Amino acid sequence: MSEASVPADGNQPKNDLKRVRRVLLIPLGMFFVLITILSMGFRLEDPHLLPSVLIDRPFPEFALTDLHDPERTITVADLKGEVALVNVWATWCPNCLIEHPEFMRIAADEGVPIYGINYNDESGKALRWLERNGDPYRFSLFDNEGKLGIDLGVYGAPETFVIDRNGVIQFKHVGTVTPEIWSLTLKPLIQQLREQS
Amino acid sequence: MIVRSRIFYFSLLLAVLASLPTFPTLAAIDTYSFPNDEMRDRYNVLIDELRCPQCLNTNLAGSDSMISKDLRREVHRLLLDGQTDDEILDFMYERYGDFILYEPRVKTGTLVLWFGPFGLLLFALVIGWRVSHRRSKPQALTSEEQAQIDRLFDSSNENK
Repeated sequence: MSEASVPADGNQPKNDLKRVRRVLLIPLGMFFVLITILSMGFRLEDPHLLPSVLIDRPFPEFALTDLHDPERTITVADLKGEVALVNVWATWCPNCLIEHPEFMRIAADEGVPIYGINYNDESGKALRWLERNGDPYRFSLFDNEGKLGIDLGVYGAPETFVIDRNGVIQFKHVGTVTPEIWSLTLKPLIQQLREQS
Repeated sequence: MIVRSRIFYFSLLLAVLASLPTFPTLAAIDTYSFPNDEMRDRYNVLIDELRCPQCLNTNLAGSDSMISKDLRREVHRLLLDGQTDDEILDFMYERYGDFILYEPRVKTGTLVLWFGPFGLLLFALVIGWRVSHRRSKPQALTSEEQAQIDRLFDSSNENK
């Protein structure tokens, strides 16, 4: 008797239900937002490629010997004056051998100075390697303790830097310099840097 | 009772095992000498905190790569040089950037990383508070409903 006599307010619970359903969509929406943000991480470049902190910073100071002439000390002043490539290489690095022909070609055809950093290597082995494969470098710094490598944030070889006339680091390429990398990235950048000032 | 204590010891063992990987892993053994044990401890903490730049998820202590060896040697050299832990971390940060630190620095790019979870917690608390508040608040009866109740009471009293 009492149940029947109370008029049920039909609209109220229905509205509540609707609101509850809408509230339930919020976690789902947040889930999708989170998934979108996290999946952007996969679309980033190879996680092995660290962004260089040294871009737009002057080339670090150093005093290292010439690989070919242990009597000669080379400093950062010797790198200045021209837009140039600085290539970190070693005999233990297979990709250095792969990119070597491209550096030989750049040295012969493009008129861009290339400076080498012989990284964590033995001078005898390194000299024999250059004899066998050709020497595209104006000089190679003998960095057998990897000290300059650490100052440059090098974590493997090969790595190639583009420096401007004033010895400021403009670009860093980690990995093999292929003909494509040269023509699509390095060459345009070098041309642009040469036109400046 | 016996069964229960077995379960207890088993879960204790599991807990101990689960906490093992959090101890500093010292895979690489170098023969660096230190003037005192305190500096050796600092060295071990530093190479545990710094990440090997060549590896994706290994610290300097746990990596045998060439760059990790070089960086461990550098940490050792800087310690003997009298540098503080912060100075050594700065040294690495200036050269290798965010990647080298397992504990990212607070800056605009990492604000979400550092404070996002607190924001989410705050959001959850607000939602939770609103939900519980709405539920606990008794709804006032309309005058019509009150009249109905009065009528019901009256009629039940009459029936007695």
